Amino acid sequence: MATYSTNEFKSGLKVILEGDPCSIVENEFVKPGKGQAFNRVKLKNLISGRQWERTFKSGDSLEAADVVEKDMEYLYNDGEYWHFMDPNSYEQVQADKNAVGDAALWFKEQDVCLVTLWNDAPIAITSPNFVELEIVETDPGLKGDTAQGGTKPATLVTGAVVKVPLFIDVGEVVRVDTRTGEYQNRVKTS
Amino acid sequence: MAWQARALAGQLQAWADFKQTIRAFFAERGVLEVDTPLLAAYCVSDPHLDAIAAAGGAAWLQTSPESAMKRLLASRSGDIYQICKAFRADECGRLHNQEFTLLEWYRCAFDLSALMAETAELLGRILPDGPLVRYSYADLFLAELAVDPHVADLAELQDLARSAAGLGVTNGLERDELLDCLFSHCIQPGLTELSFVFDYPASQAALAQTTRDDNGREIASRFECFYAGVELANAYHELLDADQYQRRHAADNRRRRQLGKPQIELDQQLLAAMQHGLPDCSGIAMGLERVFMVARGVNRIEDIVNSGLGAGPVVGS
Repeated sequence: MATYSTNEFKSGLKVILEGDPCSIVENEFVKPGKGQAFNRVKLKNLISGRQWERTFKSGDSLEAADVVEKDMEYLYNDGEYWHFMDPNSYEQVQADKNAVGDAALWFKEQDVCLVTLWNDAPIAITSPNFVELEIVETDPGLKGDTAQGGTKPATLVTGAVVKVPLFIDVGEVVRVDTRTGEYQNRVKTS
Repeated sequence: MAWQARALAGQLQAWADFKQTIRAFFAERGVLEVDTPLLAAYCVSDPHLDAIAAAGGAAWLQTSPESAMKRLLASRSGDIYQICKAFRADECGRLHNQEFTLLEWYRCAFDLSALMAETAELLGRILPDGPLVRYSYADLFLAELAVDPHVADLAELQDLARSAAGLGVTNGLERDELLDCLFSHCIQPGLTELSFVFDYPASQAALAQTTRDDNGREIASRFECFYAGVELANAYHELLDADQYQRRHAADNRRRRQLGKPQIELDQQLLAAMQHGLPDCSGIAMGLERVFMVARGVNRIEDIVNSGLGAGPVVGS
């Protein structure tokens, strides 16, 4: 069992804390002149996504977490699992609802997502920062109304609802920032 | 290979001016500048200070010039100060570098309040103008954590370290180590003004005398100085009793054994100097990189040119 001592802690290091895989976000060495040294550490729980703050006595160790991140292509959903494929090895993995979370709102077949694997099983899916998706439902567009700042809700092919300008119509493809859920621009399709 | 100094703009000159300010301050007061060896046969025994061995293990890089300067004092040097490098193993971080610069000075017949006043005067020439505050160690704990650090029991401090400082594992830590955790996590960040903290627990006396406070509790005659949440200096009304020195050294080694750390030989030269007789004096050690950092808003110690040069090449450059 590999372990990391506090003096090896650095941001990005993957460790097990309270049974969950975590990524170290920040590590600060704290020591009164002649007193006991501590490491004050911020960690991101890779399963819940929550940030934890913990203090360790310097010299303590944590178990290493076998966590890798891979770009994988989304294949299909079988009703329960989302299936992804490594485009190089053709190896496939299936991710459950907890792992996919809100990312499911933003990717469609053949999109490449970042898959976080813990002991070879997916624990988190990160969609690309920008995606281009077709609109399947929205109020009819108002021709020529490109100048005013008004918006309306539109449903994308993935089920996500975003605010788009009034002139956008069903069947058009829009570019969305998945981190904020905000419409960026219309994409010419032909 | 990255070999160049980073953040050079104006900093070398500022550092040189900074040391000049300090030297002028002590010259005005008739305090003599001295130079003592950085490489010496003995090292300190503090359980949480580790010296770096050199010369194939025959000598130690000094963690502070305290021992040598006290031998000068016992030789009737009178008031002395030194600006030198000090070395402490495994101390690396935003505010720590294994090699750093100490200003250490000793004033004969000064009590702690006189030394506090002199320290404030020196820092007044370096830091921006601002208020000066004084707190007892116990008052800070009572105000911030509602606990009296002199009487709280181990279980109470363990609970607090878990709940207030996020300490995961408290096993194996003694009272003082838990107090260190609480102080550095919950109290020190709030010491943003120039702050002097005094009346530490007697168990944290190190080489300071102990005395009794107004409540009759035994306390260490020492103070520490903070600014911008950063510890800058540590001062003692110096221990004169050679027998007491031997007892504290033995206690340090007992704790070191519990921690699985090597035993440290008693500093026979310091012991002999104390047996001969150290003058009544107060002394203080100040980390100069940190003073420079808080005075100029430098965030990381390696952003000071002189410290940054010691690091290896930056990965990826």
